[in-house]
Amino acid sequence: MDLRTEHLTKRFGPQVAVDQVSFSVQPGEVVGFLGPNGAGKTTTMRMICGLTAPDGGTVLLGGSAMSPRSMELRRNIGYLPEANPLYEDLPVLDLLRFGARLQGVDRTLIDNRVACMVEACGLGDEKHKRTGELSRGYRQRTGLAFALVHDPAVLILDEPTTGLDPNQIVEIRALIKDLGKSKTVVFSTHILSEAEAVCDRLLIINKGKLVAEGRPDQLRSKGLGGATYMVRIPAAPLRDALRLLQGLPHVLGVEKGTAEGAYEVRMSVPAAESISAACSAQGWDISELRLAENRLEDVFRDATLN
Amino acid sequence: MRAACLIARKELGSFFDSPMAYLVIVAFLGTSGFFTWWFGTDIFMRGIADLSTFFQVANWSLFILIPAISMRTLAEERKTGTLDLLLTRAVSPQQVVNGKFLACTALIFLTLLCTLPYYITVARLGPVDHGPVVCGYAGLMLMGAAYLALGIFASSLTSNQISAFILALVLMAVFHFGTSVLAANTTGTLGQLFQYLSTGRHFESLGRGVVDSRDLVYFLSLTAAGLLLAGRQLARSGAKPA
Repeated sequence: MDLRTEHLTKRFGPQVAVDQVSFSVQPGEVVGFLGPNGAGKTTTMRMICGLTAPDGGTVLLGGSAMSPRSMELRRNIGYLPEANPLYEDLPVLDLLRFGARLQGVDRTLIDNRVACMVEACGLGDEKHKRTGELSRGYRQRTGLAFALVHDPAVLILDEPTTGLDPNQIVEIRALIKDLGKSKTVVFSTHILSEAEAVCDRLLIINKGKLVAEGRPDQLRSKGLGGATYMVRIPAAPLRDALRLLQGLPHVLGVEKGTAEGAYEVRMSVPAAESISAACSAQGWDISELRLAENRLEDVFRDATLN
Repeated sequence: MRAACLIARKELGSFFDSPMAYLVIVAFLGTSGFFTWWFGTDIFMRGIADLSTFFQVANWSLFILIPAISMRTLAEERKTGTLDLLLTRAVSPQQVVNGKFLACTALIFLTLLCTLPYYITVARLGPVDHGPVVCGYAGLMLMGAAYLALGIFASSLTSNQISAFILALVLMAVFHFGTSVLAANTTGTLGQLFQYLSTGRHFESLGRGVVDSRDLVYFLSLTAAGLLLAGRQLARSGAKPA
């Protein structure tokens, strides 16, 4: 089941939290939703799940528009909220059964589905404990199992790895990647390496607007229209070289590289010739000038700070 | 209805998994038992084998206990964020409200069921007129249901349980006393309207053992109005803190 948003808009008073956001996600695709705090990620996800009514635009699930009354469509959604709220007094197994029953899972299949989720999310040792007694990692797994117990076609995960230890993060990432083979998955994260490792495609949202979209390698290579150059000028004094490079047009930032006389120059438009011309004018020999692959962090910063 | 029943079952389980249900039952039995059998114009003072003293005391006890039961229903779910879990499922806000209402009503029913020994004891003490007793219990249930609906509506307006408690108490007081005071101070159609809106008057009417359809319509309408308003409020505000 594919997911499509068309011109999704949400206002809170005078503030536009989500501004004309349109994107689509196909089955078998994991899409990462990136953006700084307050960019509109959670609001967009809540609108997709039907928790928040949009002020404009539509959410289409399998071609059908979501509305507060579309109960059948909701059976296809699994949602893990950012804070991962759980009924603290319910044991894990009872919580999962409750979730499955609410979503109308056939009575004869419920025990089987719950057992599958306990196995898939590694909850075997904790399944009889009340959720209020679980550690952070197991709470997160339980939240994920609750979101998945009715076998939804679309999975919306709001920062699913927050608060987990490195081992748990690796496990949850592997689970999401595995789920993404058959389901439509959208998940938000602040960890760019995680997005790159798990996602087939990334959406970057800033101040409510979708500012970049593409595969991680596409985003890096395009660098949102900019370019990063590795320059090596062994003869140039450090301070002079930095001052010269920083003073060039279109330069966003200059960092010293690890090698002697090496610099990393980030530019808003590709302009290698201006670097070589400036160095020649100073009489400095350039031993290396090459286009470096953008880091995702740079792409993110360019997209969200400019 | 299925979703509402599932929510009601879970909610009722939560009541009995915590001290909540036991406190409600003990507080109700303690208060009603004390005044019915021991203190003031108790059954022995009256010398009549009826439960009218109990119904008067129960009426007041429920007035305090019902907001205490209803205050957490939606306010707590909203505060902890678990409303998200319900409202992203194939469950409508009205079903959530109805489920909460069913659970609270079941708790009131079980609490009243615990007073059945009062009835049996009085029946053994002397000839009991069964009509007023049955109608008195029905009146307590109907009034309890109406107040629960108002309490759940109050709980749907806020994420703070104390605010929900006070709001429910105010709403109930308006129907319990406010309307009687206004009825006493107004005449004509308006006076009759306020009199009709008074829960106390309808409860007393049922307590006399007279089943009047106007009393039933009144309590059922108040219950339905409270539940519908709570459902609408939940649909409007969703799971976000109110």
